[in-house]
Amino acid sequence: MSVLLVAEHDNSNLKVFTLNAISAASKMDADVHVLVAGSGCENVSKEVAAVPLVKKVLFCDSPNYQNYLPENLAPLVTKLAEKYDHIVASANTFGKNFMPRVAATLDVSQVSDVTKVNGADTFVRPIYAGNAFATVKSNDKKKCVTIRPTSFDPAPKTGGSAQVEKVEAADVPNVSKFIKREETKSERPELGTARVVISGGRGMESADNFKLITAIADKLNAAIGASRAAVDSGYISNDHQVGQTGKVVVPDLYIAVGISGAIQHLAGMKESKVIVAINKDGEAPIFSIADYGLEADLFKALPEFLAELNKLNTIQK
Amino acid sequence: MKVLVAVKRVIDYNVQIRVKEDGSGVHTDNVKMSTNPPDDNAIEEAVKLKESGKVKEVVAITIGEEKAQETVRKALAVGADRGIHVKTDSYIEPLGIAKILKKVVEKEKPDMVFVGKQAIDDDCNQTGQMLAAMLNWSQGTFASKINLKDKTIEMVREIDEGLETLELNLPTVVTCDLRLNEPRFASLPNIMKAKKKPIEQMVAKDLGVDLTNRIEQLKVEEPPKRKGGIKVSNVAELINKLKNEAKVI
Ligand SMILES: Cc1cc2nc3c(=O)[nH]c(=O)nc-3n(C[C@H](O)[C@H](O)[C@H](O)COP(=O)(O)OP(=O)(O)OC[C@H]3O[C@@H](n4cnc5c(N)ncnc54)[C@H](O)[C@@H]3O)c2cc1C
Ligand SMILES: Nc1ncnc2c1ncn2[C@@H]1O[C@H](COP(=O)(O)O)[C@@H](O)[C@H]1O
Repeated sequence: MSVLLVAEHDNSNLKVFTLNAISAASKMDADVHVLVAGSGCENVSKEVAAVPLVKKVLFCDSPNYQNYLPENLAPLVTKLAEKYDHIVASANTFGKNFMPRVAATLDVSQVSDVTKVNGADTFVRPIYAGNAFATVKSNDKKKCVTIRPTSFDPAPKTGGSAQVEKVEAADVPNVSKFIKREETKSERPELGTARVVISGGRGMESADNFKLITAIADKLNAAIGASRAAVDSGYISNDHQVGQTGKVVVPDLYIAVGISGAIQHLAGMKESKVIVAINKDGEAPIFSIADYGLEADLFKALPEFLAELNKLNTIQK
Repeated sequence: MKVLVAVKRVIDYNVQIRVKEDGSGVHTDNVKMSTNPPDDNAIEEAVKLKESGKVKEVVAITIGEEKAQETVRKALAVGADRGIHVKTDSYIEPLGIAKILKKVVEKEKPDMVFVGKQAIDDDCNQTGQMLAAMLNWSQGTFASKINLKDKTIEMVREIDEGLETLELNLPTVVTCDLRLNEPRFASLPNIMKAKKKPIEQMVAKDLGVDLTNRIEQLKVEEPPKRKGGIKVSNVAELINKLKNEAKVI
């Protein structure tokens, strides 16, 4: 039997992390089917059909799925799950929201936030904010698994031509209503997939001072991250938070500015290839994991950093 | 209205955990334990609703060993009315915890169940959603704002893209984010008063639900250690290293 993977999208385009989940799913079983449920999302079903690792697309177009309410989406996934051994989604706020509902209805114990697939039933997942890795074996007949997207390479996007099969919508319980979504729109690369991330912490002292970070981000084509303290203090919106209870990022370069390096923050960035820390406290724990540490006042260091970047002839994008 | 709040006892978030040499888990002996942080926010929100007069009763529940009662006691000290302790000596997966909570919900008939968005030990992020599914209730995950109305809750949830506002029919399950509120500290007189508040005891395996764990933990390992780096003396050196040594800019 095969894998049912639930695609994440915004009804117009596929969200890129679905591709990472597809490559993880293909390690459980090569027969990967992808459910595209949404409203007016035919384009997404075409995008998914072009992914070579996908064997079949299940396409369900209904206003019920427009806003991915978990109370609505879970019954559809549960119904389709009958024919599958694995039900898979990304371990981001999309997958975390509905997958446990599917698992509970199927009486399955979910395996959350998988960073490595060892086979059809054995997985590695971080626990204790990534301070330990557990290898676990699921003894349930069906497996409900969420994938940490940044731990897998995205599946190639083009070259495939999977069959698209229309499926009927399921009954919905009408117990919740979508009111609105406030998205932070920006021209910058997405935090989860950016090659470079520059993050600010409490040391930034104000929302206004984040423009020191923005200027460097513009220069490096970087995404902007933040510690929980910076978000809590209102310097920047919640979607920028990196860490155990925020996003996990694995960029080539992570620059932590005015961030002390609490384990909950490290949980979201310590797999980055190169880590830079700028902090005026030489004892800050962030230095213990930084490849390059600069002990300095950020209000002096950031303008200098920008000036030095401006002197470079070329900057990788 | 009545709120049931689930509080879990976990290794304190400030503790640097240590993996056991034999790979069977992490050291818990003589390690500081406390309430799972977002569960404090869940209690705080319920108590605030009580103070505003919208909620009549706040019941705190924990599932765990004898000492897990401390988390219920703490909830009572910040304003919960009574407690429930479901005893078990072994680890129960979120699926089993949700089944136990469902049993208790059927008996207590709360209008809302508040849980934390994620336990910081297993990092599962499942229990609230599973409970909502088992009860066929609405769910509001990762709540950073709650506005209780007559028959619904309007809530704001934190999602990867920003914020989302939903209206949930009651009864409902809400999973709380740390940004939902600022948990209060218990005052000494309230800690004393809490000692007199009742905690009902139950035994997990007597509840008539299947608690068999389905996930076998084969081994627990330390993550690969990052090699320590160097300190640079100025910004120019930093840029030079990034450009010519690490080759990332
Ligand atoms: C359950 C739980 C989950 C959590 N999840 C997350 C999470 O997902 N992400 C997260 O980030 N945190 C999380 N936290 C919070 C975490 O524990 C820390 O409180 C937080 O990361 C601290 O943020 P910070 O480093 O910005 O602030 P601080 O710890 O206050 O550090 C500020 C740093 O800035 C430096 N500084 C100040 N001024 C300057 C200056 N002028 N120049 C240079 N340096 C300066 C200081 O030396 C200090 O090191 C969580 C906590 C809990 C309990
Ligand atoms: N043993 C337990 N006792 C009480 N509440 C629990 C227990 N386990 C989980 N919970 C609740 O469920 C939330 C999410 O836990 P988890 O699904 O394990 O991440 C926690 O924040 C608690 O509110």
